[in-house]
Amino acid sequence: MQTARADADIRPGGSPGAAPPSAPPPGVSRTALALDDVAEGARAFHLWGLLGWQDIRRRYRRSKLGPFWLTISMGVLVGTLGVLYASLFNLEIANYLPFVAVGFIVWGLISGLIADGCETFIGAEGIVKQVNLPLSVHVYRAVWRNLIVFAHNAIIYVVVAVLFAIWPGWAGLLALPGLALLCLNGVWVGLLLGLVSARFRDISQIVVSIVQVSFFLTPIIWTPELLSGRSSVLGVDPSLVLDVNPFFHLVEVVRAPLLGQAPALLSWYAVLGVAGGGWLATLVMYRRYRGRIAYWV
Amino acid sequence: MSADLSLRLDAVTVDFPVYGADARSLKNNLLRKGTGGLIGRGTDNRLSVRALEDVTLAFERGARVGLVGANGAGKTTLLRVLAGVYEPTGGRVRRRGRVASLFDVSLGMEPDATGYENIVIRGVLLGHPPARVRERMDEIAAFTGLGDYLAMPVHTYSTGMALRLAFAVCTCIAPEILLMDEWIGVGDAAFIEKAGRRMEEFVDSAGLLVLASHNPALLERVCATGVLLDAGRVKASGPIGDVLRRYEERDV
Repeated sequence: MQTARADADIRPGGSPGAAPPSAPPPGVSRTALALDDVAEGARAFHLWGLLGWQDIRRRYRRSKLGPFWLTISMGVLVGTLGVLYASLFNLEIANYLPFVAVGFIVWGLISGLIADGCETFIGAEGIVKQVNLPLSVHVYRAVWRNLIVFAHNAIIYVVVAVLFAIWPGWAGLLALPGLALLCLNGVWVGLLLGLVSARFRDISQIVVSIVQVSFFLTPIIWTPELLSGRSSVLGVDPSLVLDVNPFFHLVEVVRAPLLGQAPALLSWYAVLGVAGGGWLATLVMYRRYRGRIAYWV
Repeated sequence: MSADLSLRLDAVTVDFPVYGADARSLKNNLLRKGTGGLIGRGTDNRLSVRALEDVTLAFERGARVGLVGANGAGKTTLLRVLAGVYEPTGGRVRRRGRVASLFDVSLGMEPDATGYENIVIRGVLLGHPPARVRERMDEIAAFTGLGDYLAMPVHTYSTGMALRLAFAVCTCIAPEILLMDEWIGVGDAAFIEKAGRRMEEFVDSAGLLVLASHNPALLERVCATGVLLDAGRVKASGPIGDVLRRYEERDV
């Protein structure tokens, strides 16, 4: 995809907001620049690895327990909710509590990726405006940081698994590709939301409310079984909430394996579809607006 | 080192979109004042500031360039274009060589981390693997002259001390192109002396230096060429002495 307007891009009194970035040097397409940025950023793991750790350490530098505070607070939440809702819904606690525990841990990762995605470039303003680094570095940094938090929270899973004698068996290994797919989605979400919210600052407010609503629409504190056999509401089959809800599938590809079940094929397809569609949309936007990010932040 | 170290700008123009500014409050301000770039209005009624207009410059290995101009003349924007941070709205930039930039002392500074930790973070941000930064740690630590303070959290540092750290990291790990903004005023006399010497060494070893500063003595000492910017345009360029004289003649 060559752009044939190399030097003809000087517009007197043009409108930079709508203006596309200047044409790349001849022989280099903007698509190649965008893909390069994404690949180069991934290769700079020493950079985002260090910065991601630094983010965690900054938050907890003077506390003795550090990130384990997160683990403790989530553990308390999961424990109390698990016991309360098991009796409210009249469910077996040995099934329900592990379900809630894993659900919360995975949701924590997903919502963290989305929330941090909005801050990707805005939060890195100082770096973006001073060093010529692949911008995707800031996305990988956020994904890595969220994975570190996830790893801390995973302790809750271990405790719950021991308490309730859950052994996921071979199915448990499927959590790894599931997690990898979440991260793959996390990267495009960070690039896209980071870019859009650098330009339009109210995006993060909208995103926060969408994530909040999605939390209640997604079976995390309620189980999918509670929906089965329910009569339709306003002519809509309630089980649609599961099938067309991408968040359900995103949660499911990690939660189901950790509870010892293979996720449904539909969930894999959905997560792959979200990744494919998301990356496509992201690359279209990133290709066009990558060069403007430094001006926007 | 690559043989053909260079920085070239061809007819570079940079327009800044201005968001969140109330258009009406700037209505009376559309014409340029003594400082700042041109404030224009895009076709879709969005405000824009033309920070650089039609800038064509070429620097080769060994060049030592001083940027002068009033506040808002476009010096920082030009440095950011040279560093590759801003893609220009018009024109083209070609850059050969590894860039180390020192625009803002606080880049990547973690206030609660120690001086040593911050040296690593900053070095990595400038594109060096952590191992190489640690190899050079002794040299960098010595140049900062901060001694035991390096083991203290950086929030205990004064601005000048942070500057010493930033400057040391920037110059100790073989840069090819060194870009520096007008930060140096916060250093004490001894440090400015030391920094000046370090920059001389750097250009003597055939690097490429672009320095923006309001300190004529430092510019005359370190730079050979001067570029005078005014409202985003190159007003004059040539031997640093001449350019500084032009700048001082102008009623500021």
